[in-house]
Amino acid sequence: MNGAEIPVSYVIVLTLLLFSIGMLGVLTRKNIIVIFMSVEIMLNSVNLLFVAFSRFWNDLSGEMAVFFVMAIAAAEAAIGLALVISLHRKFHTVDITEIKELKN
Amino acid sequence: MNEILLIAAIWLPFLGFLANGLLSLKKEPASQKLVSIFGVGSVLISFLIFIFLTFAENTAIVSQSGFSAMFFTWINVGTLSADFAYKLDGLSVFMAWIVTGIGMLIHIYSTGYMEEEKPHFARFFAYLNLFIFAMLHLVLGDSLPLLFLGWEGVGLCSYLLIGFDYDKDFAAVAGKKAFITNRIGDAGFIIGMFLLFQLTGSLKYDEIYGFFGANSVDASTLNIIALCLFVGAMGKSAQIPLYVWLPDAMAGPTPVSALIHAATMVTAGVFMIARLAPVFLGAPEASTVIAFVGGFTALLSALIALTQTDIKKVLAYSTVSQLGYMFMAMGVGAYGAGMFHLMTHAFFKALLFLGSGAVILALHHEQDMRRMGGLYKHVKLLAILFWVAAVAISGIPGLSGFFSKDMILEMAYTFANGGKILFLLGFMTAILTSFYIFRLIFLTFHTSGDAVKKMEEGGSHGHGHDEHGHHSHHSGLVPLGWNIMGPLVVLGVLSVFGGYVGLPHIITHKTPGIVGYFDQVLSVAPSKAAESWHQHIEGSTAWLLMLASIGVAFLGLFTAWFFYQKQNKVPAEDSVKRSFFVHLSFNKFFVDEIYEKILLNPLKKIADLSYKIIDVKIIDASIDYLGKITLLIGSYMRRLQTGVTPNYALYIVSGTVVIAFIVFGGLN
Repeated sequence: MNGAEIPVSYVIVLTLLLFSIGMLGVLTRKNIIVIFMSVEIMLNSVNLLFVAFSRFWNDLSGEMAVFFVMAIAAAEAAIGLALVISLHRKFHTVDITEIKELKN
Repeated sequence: MNEILLIAAIWLPFLGFLANGLLSLKKEPASQKLVSIFGVGSVLISFLIFIFLTFAENTAIVSQSGFSAMFFTWINVGTLSADFAYKLDGLSVFMAWIVTGIGMLIHIYSTGYMEEEKPHFARFFAYLNLFIFAMLHLVLGDSLPLLFLGWEGVGLCSYLLIGFDYDKDFAAVAGKKAFITNRIGDAGFIIGMFLLFQLTGSLKYDEIYGFFGANSVDASTLNIIALCLFVGAMGKSAQIPLYVWLPDAMAGPTPVSALIHAATMVTAGVFMIARLAPVFLGAPEASTVIAFVGGFTALLSALIALTQTDIKKVLAYSTVSQLGYMFMAMGVGAYGAGMFHLMTHAFFKALLFLGSGAVILALHHEQDMRRMGGLYKHVKLLAILFWVAAVAISGIPGLSGFFSKDMILEMAYTFANGGKILFLLGFMTAILTSFYIFRLIFLTFHTSGDAVKKMEEGGSHGHGHDEHGHHSHHSGLVPLGWNIMGPLVVLGVLSVFGGYVGLPHIITHKTPGIVGYFDQVLSVAPSKAAESWHQHIEGSTAWLLMLASIGVAFLGLFTAWFFYQKQNKVPAEDSVKRSFFVHLSFNKFFVDEIYEKILLNPLKKIADLSYKIIDVKIIDASIDYLGKITLLIGSYMRRLQTGVTPNYALYIVSGTVVIAFIVFGGLN
């Protein structure tokens, strides 16, 4: 440990900001790929929170959780991008508001 | 051993019912021979067993407790217990003979009468057997619940048999009317039973008799119980005001009218009074009411019978009238006379009904007496038997009806509470009875008209209420087989000699045999208990009364002969306007119409109102409003479903926020 510690509250605010940016992205953007990226931002904001508290409590289990999340996020990215490709094949668009299969 | 025989005698008709009931379910009509063997055989064996038991257990039967047999436990709750246990005592053996004896004769007759009814033959006999089974429970049960079971059972059979031709509207309606009218009476009967249970703590006859033997009960309590029970009798035995169902019950086949609506079931009320003699004999006021209801019923229905043109309707009103006599007798405490008349009436009225059935059958289901006449030439034996029954019912001396009717009239005359009025009612009824029954005889068998010719000319007048067969040709009379004439002859013999068990005391100077019998076998000797109800009359007065009633019997005969034979009158066609009194009588004093106006219509209005207001406006409407509100909410909520994925995401997020707010906001 050297130099001044960054207080954990700063990190919480940062993760909140990141999470909110991600969430707003999911809710407002039309492009599926952008929405997908926003989801990744939300995941990473949570990862950051894990790491911050892991240091705060001196407990490595938080960091372990981060690895799990990263592994799952990687798998999810593969499947998600595959879905995007097949969506594009079917509807010829990546604009989510054009696809209204949930109605009727 | 004899206990088993008694149970067998009661349950054999039930086996007959099962056998014929199963046969009636077959697609193609069952063999009539087989059905007849089951139907008649079960009742015949039952009758033979009763004859055997009467002699084998003679001493037990005439003793107070009777001969009893326990079959199985039925109800055992708290202090109330009722079993399928039977009691063959002096009263019930008397009824069992009538039920199975006459029942058997009518079963035999039915094998001939219903021959044309190929598809329904088995069903008919199934119902008849079930009726005998229920009736035997009514008379032989050893407790009131078992009596009530039989009481309802015979009511059910009556309903089924009145509506036997259920595809015909009038039959179905008449069946319903009988059933519903009887329910009114049953309500009274059940209340009476409850009150009696409250008083005595038991519904078993032996315990009830024991209670009355050990305690003296206030007459006012007994008056209420007796009146409630009498309401039940009014329904079943067709007394004012509940008599209206019986004439309509003629929609059933004629053997049914003879068995159920003349000889047995309708006398259940009279039997019930005799069975509960300690209750009714301890209730003088209620008994007076019963006597007067009986008297007025007798007169009113005799008045209606005067002008009816349907042969079965005349007999139906005659039955109501004769039942009125019986209740008059029971009301004045002359139980022996009442039961005596029950028996003689069973003989001659069964004969009259079966005879009329034979006429109807012979004339291809013609029931209108205006289209009859001159039948004597064609069916001499039937005519003679009809004369026997008519002489018996009219009270001409020597035949059964005279003895029983005269005994009732004399007992009515001596009754202390308005006996003279009762006598007058009965006396007027006697004139009318004699007139209407000979009117029936002359119109049917004599007069210059010729039924056979009328039938051939008229052809299509088959609007009778008993049409069964559909004959393609209308030529000549239908021949009557031995199974029709045989029972008639037996009943004719009984109608002649049945009265000699009760010769009047002014001739023999002894208590009439049947009165003595009932004094001995009933738990309370009626002539002793009701002695104070009667005034003593001189022998000469008794002779005078008897001569007067003989006189009016002949008067009725002569008047009928004068109008219908000598002057050759035939009752007017329906289109001709009738004089006021004839109009009144022909239309049954508009009692049905009055009931409709003052009872049925208001009830229908109430039902209609409660349907329109309570059901439609409150119950239905509240359910409808629930649905409408849901629809309304749905019509707005529906807009949330846009199909645009980000919107759903927004809902999820805002939902999560709300839940988070509720959960974590609550922590503060």
